[in-house]
Parts: sequence; structure tokens; C-alpha cells
Amino acid sequence: MSEVVITDPEFSTTGRPSGRLLEVEDLHVEFRTREGIAKAINGVSFHVDAGETLAVLGESGSGKSVTAQTIMGILDQPPGFVSGGEIRFHGKDMLKMSEEGRRKIRGHGIAMVFQDALSALNPVFTVGFQIGEQFRIRKGLSRGDAKKRAIELLDQVKIPNAKQRVTEFPHQFSGGMRQRVMIAMSLALDPEVLIADEPTTALDVTVQAQIMDLLADLQRERQMGLILITHDLGVVADVADRIAVMYAGRIVEEANVHDLYARPAHPYTVGLLNSIPRIDEKGQELRTIKGLPPNLMRIPPGCPFHPRCPKAQPVCVEKVPPLRVVAPARGSACHFAEEVLRGE
Amino acid sequence: MGRYIVRRLLQLVPVFIGTTFLIYWLVWSVPGDPFAGKCGDRPCPDNYIQVMTEKFNLDQPLYVQYFTYMQNLLQGDFGETFGGRSINDLIAAAYPNTIKLAFVALAVEALIGLTAGVLTGLRRNGFLDNLVLVSTLFLIALPTFVTGFFLQYLFGVQWGIIKPTVSNPPSFTELLIPGFVLGSVSMAYVARLARTSIAENRSADYVRTAIAKGLPMRRVVGVHLLRNSLIPVITYLGTDLGALMGGAIVTEGIFGINGIGREVYRAIVTKEGATVVSIVVILVLVYLVMNLLVDMLYALLDPRIRYE
Repeated sequence: MSEVVITDPEFSTTGRPSGRLLEVEDLHVEFRTREGIAKAINGVSFHVDAGETLAVLGESGSGKSVTAQTIMGILDQPPGFVSGGEIRFHGKDMLKMSEEGRRKIRGHGIAMVFQDALSALNPVFTVGFQIGEQFRIRKGLSRGDAKKRAIELLDQVKIPNAKQRVTEFPHQFSGGMRQRVMIAMSLALDPEVLIADEPTTALDVTVQAQIMDLLADLQRERQMGLILITHDLGVVADVADRIAVMYAGRIVEEANVHDLYARPAHPYTVGLLNSIPRIDEKGQELRTIKGLPPNLMRIPPGCPFHPRCPKAQPVCVEKVPPLRVVAPARGSACHFAEEVLRGE
Repeated sequence: MGRYIVRRLLQLVPVFIGTTFLIYWLVWSVPGDPFAGKCGDRPCPDNYIQVMTEKFNLDQPLYVQYFTYMQNLLQGDFGETFGGRSINDLIAAAYPNTIKLAFVALAVEALIGLTAGVLTGLRRNGFLDNLVLVSTLFLIALPTFVTGFFLQYLFGVQWGIIKPTVSNPPSFTELLIPGFVLGSVSMAYVARLARTSIAENRSADYVRTAIAKGLPMRRVVGVHLLRNSLIPVITYLGTDLGALMGGAIVTEGIFGINGIGREVYRAIVTKEGATVVSIVVILVLVYLVMNLLVDMLYALLDPRIRYE
């Protein structure tokens, strides 16, 4: 387990190279639409080091995918707009780099696995072409050599008959196999950081476990930094080292995985954990978090979670709680984090 | 794929027989005397009419006439005009000109239409985009004879850059303006189709993946985006080639091109039934074959489509 450091802006070393692999600091992203400005990311900070897995957990609309897209530089701009913050890779702010500089990091430094492999793979090219393309274009390999490397990669992600399947098209693969192809493609250039954006959401439960195991194995073998974006608490438990819980474009809690499951320090996390269906409560009504995630064009003042929070007090409407250290190696953005942590 | 092609070719047989009979029946049921005006100011002598009626089976019922015609057709004989000229010769003289014209028009459509469509699809709402949208709307709204006469007047008469009418057989450069006129409407459609298709695919997930792979932008656009976006455009161009050959009557008339459009017009006016049917039969064949080719091309371009 790596050393856990809370990356709240108050505690971090702004602007100085920290020796970290990938560091996001006080990131702000908004979508400027005709209806108004949607504030998708409001001061997100986290980091990931080599050989470490960070899970970013949140409901849809919490900003987790936008964070991933902003790191990759594939956010649709416009309407997307990075309005503040830094994304440092090896200490260099990628947001200040030229487009060409960023392009060279993609695939090579940071690669990404997308949620729906069927639409994320190009339907008219063979999987061998799409994997091998990176060797040909980025490394100048010949067609034959690129194909050999593609077969090796398909072997590594445990696709049977890789030699034959390399000439097949994405639609000829099953959902799980297609996601393996997607993973093989993202690993082609040996990335230092892999971002997996809901890699198992589109898959059957049994296949989900296989894909998660595969990702975990590959991450260990290659000592990559892995950012695992998901809304599924069950998926991350076995794989992640640390978890960052996002709500309304903010990180509301950050902790290592066992601490978070054992004793959550934010009412939102408590709600999430309570809403997991349990076999011993069969037949009873599911427990949910009341209300809906906020409209990002009208985020409530103060703590964005206060309208849904069972512990809400007047102070929650007035003051935005910062992400602060509430216990060793734990951060929470709640005015009453200590109480929550004690289970009160 | 092989079985599919055989089945499609077999389907062509009933379609071919049906369309040709319909055309044959229509052409010969047009009221009017085919011998009117054939012999100068006087009515034709009875023995001439008798000979011609026998020669062209005009006294026989329609289905017998059609059957005889098809019998000869299958042996490669299109018959003769009333004047005794071989229709095979007539077609052999006219068809190459029309084919040349159609291909020039197709090239215009593909080159200008595609370029405009791709550029505007990538940068929507810019100056170029608005220019292309307005000018294509203009071309679509204008009938071909207006575009034709206007460009003929402008280039041929006012500026004297081209000869207003072409020589026989026309050279490639002479066909540039007529080809543009013939292809202008389809060119506008191609530009708009390509624009929409590019814009739609630009935000597709696989394009995002290609960018995330760190490929240079020109490869993302030139390989991943274009290959997918052009599938509908290419199939449109394919089917359009048949339409261009059949739709050249006006353009050929304006620029004096000795093609089948002009021949079929002349034949309709002079009630040369055999000529009309023969030319249209060939057009039907071109349409049918082009449609088959386009369907096969479609399967080739999009691996998700498999014909069984």
C-alpha cells in the first residue's frame, strides 16, 4: 500500500514539481451552453503514483468522466472549458502544453479504456489494424511487425486464438472480449497511467469480475498508475488502493479502501454504502439517498449535498466545507466529518 | 457473397422483362401515325406502308411484337429505324459521348462536392460553411436548363472561354462545363450529405478513441473519420451514375452533344419506337447493374454488412 496523502489544495505544494506521476490540482471545468453554464468540475484535486490504483466513485453527473476526459485532453471544447487548475504529469502542467506536446503523452504516458467498447472501437477496421496502428504511426514499425505486436497484446489480455482473431472486426467479438481488445489497445504503448472509465458497466456481472481481475493483474505486472472510474462500489473493493468519492464536481471524501468501507467520513458515502442491496435484508425496501443529484447549472449554495443530507445544519447552507484531513490519511468535505466518522 | 450475387443477378431477369415490356407497351401506345410526314408533303403510298408494316410487325398484336423484339435483342440486334439505319450503330455512336459526359459530371460531384462537404463538416458555422450551404441551396433550386444556358452564355458567348457547343465526338476539356451543369444538383446533394455525415461522425466515440491513442489529427480525420463518413456518400455517387446517364437529355440538348439523351428525344418526336425502346432498355440495364454494384460496394466498405 502506498503512502496516502490528502491532496487538498491547502496542503499541497502548488506549482512545484512534486515527483508524483500524475497530479490533478484544483481543477475546474464548465460547460458553456445556451441554457447557461454547467459547472461540472469544481476544484478537484488528486494524484496517482506508479503501481497504485485510485478509484474515483460517483453517480452519473458527478464529474468523474469529465475529469478523465480533461486529463486525456479529449473533452469536447466547446462546450467544455477548463476554467482553472493544473494537471501535472511528471511535474509538468499538461494544460499549458502545446497540442502536439499533449498528443505525445496520449497512449504513451496516459492511456484510456472507454466504457462501451462497441462504439469506442472503429467498426470498419480490424482489431489488429486498430491496435497495430499505434506501433506503425507512433513507432514506425512495419505492417507485419505491428501485427505481431498486436497478437502479443491480444494474448496478454487472454483472448483465445489471438492469431486468428486479430484479423476480425469489433462486431465479431463478444462484449467481454471486445473490452479485452480495448484494454489491449490502451496498453500498446506501455502507458505509465491507465484511466479506465467505467470499464465494466456495459458487461455481464460474471464478465465484469474477469475484466476487473485482468486490469488488476496488468496493473501489477506493469506497475502502472491506474485510475478506475466507476459508480459501482462493488467493483472497486478488491482492486483499488484508495477511493475518491465525487459529488457535484467535488471530491467529498478520500480514503484508503478498507477505511472507507469500514467507517465512512461523509454522509454521502454513508448513503452510498447503505444503498447496496444486502442478502439479509431480502424483501425489504431498498435504502436510497433521498432526492436527486443537483442540476450542475444550479448547484446549491454551501455544501452541495445539504438538500439530501440527513445531518444538514444551517451552517451547511452557508459555508462550502473544504476537503480536510479528518483522521490519519483520510479526507472529508463535511462540516461534521468527525461525527460521521464516529458513526453518530 | 457469391450466392448473394447469383441471387441478385437472377432477380434482374423479371425486373428486366417487366420494365422493358412496360416501356415497349407505352411507346407503341402513344397515339399518332408513325408514317405521318415520312414521305414529304404527300401521304405515304399504300405499298410503302404495307411493306413497312410487315417489316416492323405493326399488324401483329403487341405481345407478339414485343416477343420478336426481345428475341432479336437477346441476339444483340436492336433492329432498325424506319429510315433503315441500324440502331446498334446509332447507339454505338451516341453512347460513348453520354458515358464520357456522365463520368465528367461524376468527377465534378465527387471532387467539388466531397471537398466542400468534408471541409464544412469539420468546421461548422464558419464562413465557408455558410457559403457552401447557400450556394448548394441555390444549385438545388435552379433547374438544369437554367444553369446550362447561363453557363453557356457566360463562358461561351460573353467570355469566349469555351465553344458554346461541342464538337463530335467531344473532347474531355469541352465536356468540363457541360459535365458541371449535369452534375451540379447532385454535387450540391453530395456536399450536404458529406457535411452531415462528417459532422455526425466527428463526435463519435471511435473518433475520440483515435485521438486518445495519440494519433496525429490528420490521421484521425483522414483514416478513422473519413472512412466511416464516406460510406453513404459513395453509395449515393454510385446510384447517381445511372441517373446521370439517363438525365442528360437537357444538358446534351443545350451543348449539342451527340449523346443518347439527344437521340432519345429525336426518336420520341419522330415516333421511332424501336429506337426509344432500345435506348431506354440500355438505361434500365445500367441502373440495375449500378444498383447491384453499389450494394456490393456497401458490403465491401462496411464489414458489419454481410449478404447471405
